[in-house]
Amino acid sequence: MIPMAFEYHRAASVEEAIRLLEQYGPDAKVLAGGHSLTPLMKLRFAQPAHVIDIGRLHELRYIREEGNVIAIGALTLHRTVAESATVRQRIPVLAEAAFRIGDVQVRNMGTIGGSLAHADPAADYPAVVLALEAEIVAQGPAGRRTIRARDFFRGPFTTALQPNELIVEVRVPVPSGKTGSAYQKYPHPASGFAVVGCAAVLTVDAETCRDVRVAFTGVATQPFRDTVVEDALRGQRADEATVRAAAEKAAEGVQPLGDAFASAEYRRHMAKVYARRALLQALTRAT
Amino acid sequence: MVVTRIFGARIKRREDPRLITGQATYTDDVVLPGMCYAVFVRSVQAHARIRAVRTDAAQAHPGVIAIFTGRDLQEKMGLIPTAWLIPDSDLKTPPHPPLAVDRVRYVGDAVAVVLATTRAAASDAAALVEVDYEPLPAVADPEKAVQPDAPRLHDDVPDNVAFHWKVVNGDVDRAFAEADVVVRQRMVNHRLVPCAMETRGCVAHYNKGSGELTLWMTSQNPHIHRVILSGILHLPEHRIRVIAPEVGGGFGSKIPCYPEEAVVSFCAVELGVPVKWVEDRRENFVATIHGRDHVVYLEVAARKDGTITAIRGKCYANLGAYLSTAAPGIPTILHGLMMCGAYRIPNVHYEVLGVLTNTTPVDAYRGAGRPEATYYVERLVDLVAAELGMDPVEIRRKNFIPKDAFPYTTPTGLTYDSGDYERTLDEALRIVDYAGFRREQEEARRQGRYLGIGFSTYVEICGLGPSQVAGAVGFQGGLWESAVVRFHPTGKVTVLTGSSPHGQGEETTFAQIVADQLGVPIEDIEVLHGDTDLIPMGWGTYGSRTTPVGGAAIAVACQRILAKARQIAAHLLEAAEDDLEFENGRFYVKGSPDKAKTIQDIALAAHLAWSLPSGVEPGLEAQAFYDPPNFTYPFGAHVCIVEVDPETGEVKVLRYVAVDDCGRVINPLIVDGQVHGGITQGIGQALYEWAVYSEDGQLLTASFNEYAVPKAHQVPRYETARTETPSPHHPLGCKGVGETGTIAATAAVANAVMDALRPLGIRHLDMPFTPERVWRAIRQAQGPGGIP
Ligand SMILES: Cc1cc2nc3c(=O)[nH]c(=O)nc-3n(C[C@H](O)[C@H](O)[C@H](O)COP(=O)(O)OP(=O)(O)OC[C@H]3O[C@@H](n4cnc5c(N)ncnc54)[C@H](O)[C@@H]3O)c2cc1C
Repeated sequence: MIPMAFEYHRAASVEEAIRLLEQYGPDAKVLAGGHSLTPLMKLRFAQPAHVIDIGRLHELRYIREEGNVIAIGALTLHRTVAESATVRQRIPVLAEAAFRIGDVQVRNMGTIGGSLAHADPAADYPAVVLALEAEIVAQGPAGRRTIRARDFFRGPFTTALQPNELIVEVRVPVPSGKTGSAYQKYPHPASGFAVVGCAAVLTVDAETCRDVRVAFTGVATQPFRDTVVEDALRGQRADEATVRAAAEKAAEGVQPLGDAFASAEYRRHMAKVYARRALLQALTRAT
Repeated sequence: MVVTRIFGARIKRREDPRLITGQATYTDDVVLPGMCYAVFVRSVQAHARIRAVRTDAAQAHPGVIAIFTGRDLQEKMGLIPTAWLIPDSDLKTPPHPPLAVDRVRYVGDAVAVVLATTRAAASDAAALVEVDYEPLPAVADPEKAVQPDAPRLHDDVPDNVAFHWKVVNGDVDRAFAEADVVVRQRMVNHRLVPCAMETRGCVAHYNKGSGELTLWMTSQNPHIHRVILSGILHLPEHRIRVIAPEVGGGFGSKIPCYPEEAVVSFCAVELGVPVKWVEDRRENFVATIHGRDHVVYLEVAARKDGTITAIRGKCYANLGAYLSTAAPGIPTILHGLMMCGAYRIPNVHYEVLGVLTNTTPVDAYRGAGRPEATYYVERLVDLVAAELGMDPVEIRRKNFIPKDAFPYTTPTGLTYDSGDYERTLDEALRIVDYAGFRREQEEARRQGRYLGIGFSTYVEICGLGPSQVAGAVGFQGGLWESAVVRFHPTGKVTVLTGSSPHGQGEETTFAQIVADQLGVPIEDIEVLHGDTDLIPMGWGTYGSRTTPVGGAAIAVACQRILAKARQIAAHLLEAAEDDLEFENGRFYVKGSPDKAKTIQDIALAAHLAWSLPSGVEPGLEAQAFYDPPNFTYPFGAHVCIVEVDPETGEVKVLRYVAVDDCGRVINPLIVDGQVHGGITQGIGQALYEWAVYSEDGQLLTASFNEYAVPKAHQVPRYETARTETPSPHHPLGCKGVGETGTIAATAAVANAVMDALRPLGIRHLDMPFTPERVWRAIRQAQGPGGIP
């Protein structure tokens, strides 16, 4: 449980962090809250020769309202997101998910940028940013670019981020109209990570599901939008029976993960249950 | 006996301020000049021949001082012994070298030790040691390991059976032949990892000048460790000092003598520099003993009216790759002998096969054999009740050993000291409102909700124990305990105990005993333990023996102090001893309480020795070596209420009521704490904790990512209550309470889950009740149609 020797750098600015990433290439790792990276290093699963600490880049800790977008700095703590009045009022599902991450210590250290960059297939934020159609702002030597959440996750622990890029911001559009959202999670009793996590965002118009977005984490090798469930709901009556029927289609075209705690078959079953629970809660909140 | 305020008072633990403010000294806090660090290279194979161990690259790593392999130590160190040699069981104790020599037998088996100037350098170098393995077939399952074609672990144990033990009494065959009902069930009591918050570790320092080895280590029994190490290291016992500083939990896992502490001691002697080793959490999961792990085939015979007439069973106890220190005694003496529980069952036949497998060795884990026995017996009682359509409460009442039958000798040969089992059950029923709950349960079922109630009316054997019995059952030691109570000239008191508390709170409760007996303010009393140079002798803390045996020793020493103090007081007051009263720390002549000598006055007089009665020695100190005449048998009724979500299989514990009787209570706060912790570990086994091995011996749950120790939000608020039935033979009437929670709880939870699932047609499930397991059982019972 002792990491391999590494050189420690503390970046004084985003630019310096990127410069260091350029300089050390694949031998370097950025350290934010350290709640995914340090455990991996202690187990020697990750052995970076250079660790670039961005923890003091306070300019990346913020939550701002920019019209219909909530901009969240990459270093914003899970706890800050969970407790933010802005997030709770305008995108409550995100606060709900942040509150379900790990425990107090983890939420006091872990960051939204770190969680997204790490892309654990059972992490909570990924399902929510997918369901909210958020954008991830990355900065590299050539400047900034924006990546849609749905293009961001490429596989387990794999993202669209370049090795010399930093996540600097997450931009979450505030859903319009009569929208309800919910995050329902079944945590692994040991790790606390999602065995199944479902984020649902439902917009109701004249008793019809005008828009619906459902995303899962924990179920498969990467977080995903469940378009089958969404298609079964969009344009349909916004009532319990319709939701129940749609939720039955959850994870249909997906090969669920299986492990000693929960088999693939059980995960598929739980995906249906948690889709229904999240959607019904979202429906109640929308109406 | 005078009952003063201090005995029985709910006072806060005096050890807590230092523990919770980071002021305590644990083994890892011990830092010595010139100290180097040891890291062990461990087998990643469950079973393999070692072709070669190549250490050149590691040796060349900066900071490396030395590397030893099994071969290097073979001639220099003795074997790791087994110290519970149960008789009449064809016991075989296969050799356990401190480091594997030509074969590894489980994942985690230590192969080499690397010593370096820093822990980091030792870790880096350990990663450079290359072990060339020739993999052998492995077996992890005890039922498979006894098959004729199973891989064999030790050449001298042909069928992997280390012992075959049985207890038989009565006419079991006839009871079964005449039974109205016979219930049979295979049960699994799965393997657990003790997970003490502090992992193991030690610091060894050898003084070449004096020839003395000092070893700080995480120990529940420093004197036992000293004597065993003396044998392994070929060092005389009096030249070894073992110190257990603050110990962060043990749960049994710090009783055994393991290879690592012996190897580290050897290195310190060999190299002449102090050596530290601290186990990391990954190692702890594989290198420190595990608990439980049985497969058992059980049968009970009963009459139509619910009277249980016989119990028969065969247990496959998985003991891992080597026989750990106490391993043979756990599934036999501490388990098999308790297979009649709190019931008057006249006929018993129980066999235990101790099976060796390619897994981490199994030894004592909180409760050690007794939780398993309670689980089987309490499940069986419920199964008989279900078969007969009887209420689980009624069947218990029907079979309880009645309160006027004590002392009661079981057909397994134990003598239960005292008990009133119905009283704890009645109290528990009152607290849960049993009738009310059954109505609520009916109502809930109509709404598709599945509530269940489960009972566990346990009795346990603890307070180990009479030394003569220890000898008779092959325990390679005594089980008495020592105490010294020492007055200082200023009237302050130092107490030395051979018990070795490591979280249980006896620095507080033992001070309460002394304050109560001697009338000294509790803040004037210091309780010391855990150092073989300081404590005359001690057998340690385990088996809920600390208060029953160590506490009794202190009470006896206090009585001796008082006898001498009375002589001195009589002399000073110029009165006859018989005319003296002793009250609240003051001696006075009957009728004149204002002319008194305090115990502190007497302590001073005894130390000055200016005027002592003739023949009385100076000083005021007493020593006692207390050998208990019997074990103590705490008992109680635990009741658990659960809700099962039929859709997901999730089990939620809604209420947990524990009515325990541990005799007289010294400190209710501490008893509650022990009960809470115990129940949590019991719920942990029933619902969450599960050490899972793959068929080929890889531990699949080797970290806190997979192995679920219950968190605060996963357990309910406990409702505790007590009755007090004193132990007739303990000087203070106390029994043990350190393990009762763990012993009772798994059965209570299991019976509750089964009660909830009964309407769905489910009769028995094995623990742990993981959601998927429950969900599958429900689906299977319901068929494709689903939940009604
Ligand atoms: C006990 C425990 C329980 C947990 N439970 C949960 C849970 O229930 N749900 C959950 O979702 N998570 C859980 N986590 C993970 C936690 O949320 C982490 O905090 C998070 O995954 C990583 O954030 P971090 O800031 O700690 O990142 P770090 O650990 O510092 O970094 C993680 C990875 O992201 C990279 N990185 C970090 N910041 C950036 C950036 N701005 N740009 C580019 N790359 C970056 C790092 O190089 C590294 O590869 C748990 C962690 C622990 C220790």
